[in-house]
Amino acid sequence: MIKNIAIAAAVGASLVSAGAALAADPIKIGVIAEESAISGVGIPNGAKIAADEINAAGGINGRMIEIVQYDDHNSAADAVRAFQRAANEDHVSAVIASYISEVVLALEPWSGRLHLPMITPGAASNVITARIKEDYDHLKYTFHGYLTSTELADIVCNAAKDQLVTGLHMQTAVVVSEDAAWTTPLDEEYLKCLPQVGLKVLDHIRLSPDTTDFTPIWNKVEGEKPDVIITGISHVGVQPTVQWQQQQVPIPMYGISSQATSSTFWKDTNGAAQGITFNLQSAPDTPVTPVTIPFAKKYKERYGIDPGYAAYTSYDDVYIIAEAIKRAGSTDPDKLVEAMEQTDHVGTIGRETFLGRDTSSPHGLRTGPGYITGLMVEWNDGKQVTVWPQGVAEGKLIFPSFVKIKQTSAQ
Amino acid sequence: MQALQILIDGFAISSLYALGAIGFTLIFGVCGVLNLSHGAIMVTAAVAAWATADAWHAGTYGGALIGVAAGTILALATYALVVRPIQRSRAIPAEEKEIFILTSTLLWGIMLQEAIAYFFTDNPKTVRPLLPGVVEILGVRTPWNEVLTAAISWAAIGLVWLLIHRTKRGKQLLAAAINPRGLTLLGFELENIYVLVWGLYGVLAGIAGVLLGAFLGVSSANIGTLTASAFSVVVLGGLGSVTGSLVAAYVVGYLETVTAYLVAPSIRSVPVLLLLVAVVYTRPQGLLGRR
Repeated sequence: MIKNIAIAAAVGASLVSAGAALAADPIKIGVIAEESAISGVGIPNGAKIAADEINAAGGINGRMIEIVQYDDHNSAADAVRAFQRAANEDHVSAVIASYISEVVLALEPWSGRLHLPMITPGAASNVITARIKEDYDHLKYTFHGYLTSTELADIVCNAAKDQLVTGLHMQTAVVVSEDAAWTTPLDEEYLKCLPQVGLKVLDHIRLSPDTTDFTPIWNKVEGEKPDVIITGISHVGVQPTVQWQQQQVPIPMYGISSQATSSTFWKDTNGAAQGITFNLQSAPDTPVTPVTIPFAKKYKERYGIDPGYAAYTSYDDVYIIAEAIKRAGSTDPDKLVEAMEQTDHVGTIGRETFLGRDTSSPHGLRTGPGYITGLMVEWNDGKQVTVWPQGVAEGKLIFPSFVKIKQTSAQ
Repeated sequence: MQALQILIDGFAISSLYALGAIGFTLIFGVCGVLNLSHGAIMVTAAVAAWATADAWHAGTYGGALIGVAAGTILALATYALVVRPIQRSRAIPAEEKEIFILTSTLLWGIMLQEAIAYFFTDNPKTVRPLLPGVVEILGVRTPWNEVLTAAISWAAIGLVWLLIHRTKRGKQLLAAAINPRGLTLLGFELENIYVLVWGLYGVLAGIAGVLLGAFLGVSSANIGTLTASAFSVVVLGGLGSVTGSLVAAYVVGYLETVTAYLVAPSIRSVPVLLLLVAVVYTRPQGLLGRR
């Protein structure tokens, strides 16, 4: 008799504890990124900070967030395997994936097939949202948590208008970009918007992403005598910068240079980065929103370096997912997608809302005044200094002495 | 003007290719080993130079020396840990040893690549130039570093030539390349010669790595390409032929530079690969190959 009671008690207790475990089951978010790259490792790192903050505040309706990390080694095949594993074995509720457009484009159909919501914190190709537009019902599970290349080009053009055309009276530019998925729409927009803001494009050079010797490219550009080099580079960055400086190319570089967004860029280039000006949506010392600086500080405390560009958005993405789960009251993928579409989150790069199904890029971030406006940041004396727009700028453009700004055109 | 630019830039990059390939061909000529961890050894040297120059306050020159030392130690370690155990193994049949060594050096290279990516990330790194600033050569503004790269490469190649042709040790190397069995019969310990060759190779690969790091920059992601480019230079020139490798290095360097200047920088390596296919097809022993 006593034995039976004991058994019943044990069974009861285990049932109770099982029930408790169920209620406290963590909500898993998968993070797929290349962990040996600075921009890549920022994605899980940023996500973990957000998860810890949310958990410290009690989680989502009492459930904790658990980040499950996968290293894709910058390979689309590895990323797809990781995504399948995340869906089928680890049963994550959503995935934050990669800063490489090619990888995200490979994952996009899988997100549709496996009904697993995915958001990319760093890829820029316009094709990601263009596909959602074409086939919304199947691909609605993908969200573009970073700006599209076209939007990035527009930010650079707006900044160039203020700083280069109005400020320095420049008139001509050469566009130098790497041959990759994200730069096709970028270059298209550059070629359209640069002339509109007053910079005549003298040449458009596309280089192979595995270029190591930039001497011929810089010599060619120098021969064309533009006032500025407008860049669109991400896979390359350290090498063209160092060779630009060693060769003393007298023309400033301005535009998008993803490697320059990393705080180790100064050391990687041995200081050759002086004067490199690049687009970022957030910088460690710039109060883009009230959450930007606290996040950057926390990141630096925890990992010893400043966050790379995708770390900011990855941090935001965890919040976007968590808030959507809260709103949806479930992790059901269709309900979650619906809730994510209602996102209105003040994140590290601005006010984040997704474009609707009726726009040309559904699930892309809304940009412009009041939403995300972007920054131009310059490397100066070992530090990233925000130089545009005026409201948040901490300094003016300072180029190294070998860069010659034409004074004649100022008259 | 552009012709002059091509001449100068092509010379610098070709000299570096020559230096990188000469060690590779030496190892093959003397030991019969195709060392597919070549790129990893070069990149390790460059990363060591980059990391120690600031972190250990070794300075530019100190860092460069540490880089060369790292390359040398790693080359000797490659021999001691990877190549020698296979050469001495009784379990592996003699006729399969070559393929075993090929595979194991490849795997060793990948291990080194992953280790570098893990500890230092795969972001490219640049070694501080030994000489900063620029010089006008016939009106072409050339970085001193580029001039120095060519000069050091040729100095190192010259020293190797002197070592091989003017010293007793060097003649033993040459003999080992021609007839290792004969050398053993004369009472020479082949293993001592191998250690010497690997050490020499390590110094060359170390210098090439550090110069590459200062000239173009390196990343662990480039390791495969570096091995492949040394390999194509050597195959083009003729496996084991030092002169062939030198000639091929210049053919490859100039072909790439001319393509980058006159056609498009995005396809700079394509003509070289086409040439390689053509040479392998019509003249499998390479331009100056002897076997």
